[in-house]
Amino acid sequence: MTKQHLLWWVKAVIHLLALTPITLNYYWSITDQNGADPVKAIIHFTGIGALNLLIITLMVSLIAKYFKKAWFMQTRRLIGLYCFFYAATHVLNFWWFELNFQFTLFIEELVKRPYIWLGMSGFVILFVLAVTSPFFAKRKLGKNWQLVHNWIYPASLLVWIHFYWSRKADITEPLIYLLIILSLLWFKRDKIGRWLKPNTRT
Amino acid sequence: MRIVKSNRAQFKDNQITDESVFNEKRSLLKKLGFVGAGALLSTPAQADILDWFKSDEQKPATKTQTLRDLNFQTQDKSGVKLTPEDKVTSYNNFYEFGTDKKDPKAYADALTTDPWQVKINGLVDKPFKLEYDDLFSQFSLEERVYRLRCVEAWSMVIPWVGFPLASLLKRANVSSKAKYVGFKTLYRPDEMRGQTSRFIGGSIPFPYTEGLRLDEAMNPLAFLAVGLYGKNLPNQNGAPIRLVVPWKYGFKSIKSITEITLTDKQPDTTWNLSAPSEYGFYANVNPNVDHPRWSQASERLITDGGLFNQERIKTLPFNGYGEQVASLYKGMNLKRYF
Repeated sequence: MTKQHLLWWVKAVIHLLALTPITLNYYWSITDQNGADPVKAIIHFTGIGALNLLIITLMVSLIAKYFKKAWFMQTRRLIGLYCFFYAATHVLNFWWFELNFQFTLFIEELVKRPYIWLGMSGFVILFVLAVTSPFFAKRKLGKNWQLVHNWIYPASLLVWIHFYWSRKADITEPLIYLLIILSLLWFKRDKIGRWLKPNTRT
Repeated sequence: MRIVKSNRAQFKDNQITDESVFNEKRSLLKKLGFVGAGALLSTPAQADILDWFKSDEQKPATKTQTLRDLNFQTQDKSGVKLTPEDKVTSYNNFYEFGTDKKDPKAYADALTTDPWQVKINGLVDKPFKLEYDDLFSQFSLEERVYRLRCVEAWSMVIPWVGFPLASLLKRANVSSKAKYVGFKTLYRPDEMRGQTSRFIGGSIPFPYTEGLRLDEAMNPLAFLAVGLYGKNLPNQNGAPIRLVVPWKYGFKSIKSITEITLTDKQPDTTWNLSAPSEYGFYANVNPNVDHPRWSQASERLITDGGLFNQERIKTLPFNGYGEQVASLYKGMNLKRYF
């Protein structure tokens, strides 16, 4: 199998892995088989799904480097876009099912609740990354593309705080996520350091 | 069993089940012989009639309790629905068994509820204890359909069975010095997994405690439940006896009570201890006082609808029970005493 073939198959599996659970969850929620509160269930599922996909996106380059499989890097854009897709359904579900599409209430909640504006700013970053992901945008941005896309690092922390803050008491799960995110950032510390101090870039 | 009265006529709230259904249930009970027999027989014999509320005499070797049926009609004719029983018993906050809503149902079987003992003590002239059987036989049981409003902005409509808290307090002869009533849940880490690990139990202090001001506790709405949907309480819902304070957020309605103590000082309450800025002592349902992380202006009524079939309703002050309880808080700044 050529690398092209392999990449095709891996991408097909990514599509399947990303779309199957969300489809099933919507099916269960619509047919009232997703626990007592289908709205909470779908909002939590898409939210945590977006966070998981964000973490996987961050892992792609490390995996490619460690296993010396450069072609694997070509899956990162797809996984990143699915991360945005989950985040977008998360926001949409909150607006639709939690707030009944009331625009003023949506804005009001956004302004009033720090945990929501943190999540929302994370979402805005993901949105910018998604719209600048097509190849022509990448060409147009040139060197700056990487600078823009490094915003994934602050986004990962914003999204984490949003997740942590939304919890009433139980913080085990958020702490595990924090550990994973921090270790990923630690692996990328050189890159992040260069990004934060652009003057020292060689 | 003798259903002394139901609140269905008492409340004009259309949230509660239609009276006709209640009457239907009464006639069903009559046909089954419960009501008639209950009226004729003396008190000791009545205890036997109440036996259908308890587990079978020959209990299985496992600790799992057998819940007994009453052919309860779950839907009324006015179209206002009770929350389906399986949702009431599968979507619970009971951190003693874990913080996920599904945890209590999955893990509460480990809890032994019989034998059980509830102590009533503190500033009372006649402290006493209730054994498991007493919970079902010492007080006249009633059915109350109450809306339970969770601080997380969802609500359920639940038919509880139990007796007014005031009846129990009256029996203890509350001393004139008493101003508050404190409640304590069981502390038994070997049966309650959340109490063994802060990771499972959500890092809140155990045993769980709650409290009411004495006049709140004496209000006729304050209720001690030993059953729901015409069956004894499932463990995840707070077996064998729990508090139901329908005008306050759900966390005030402490489960699996072991001790009721009358005091002259405001008792510590678990959520007030762990996050005082988010959970006040009073915790009255108030659409005008938001939780820091979510609005309390409206709530989602848990029914049997799917994602596109949700019922979202405006939250009412005191959860709709203002007529009965607002006078308790006359002159109080409810934004400060939230």
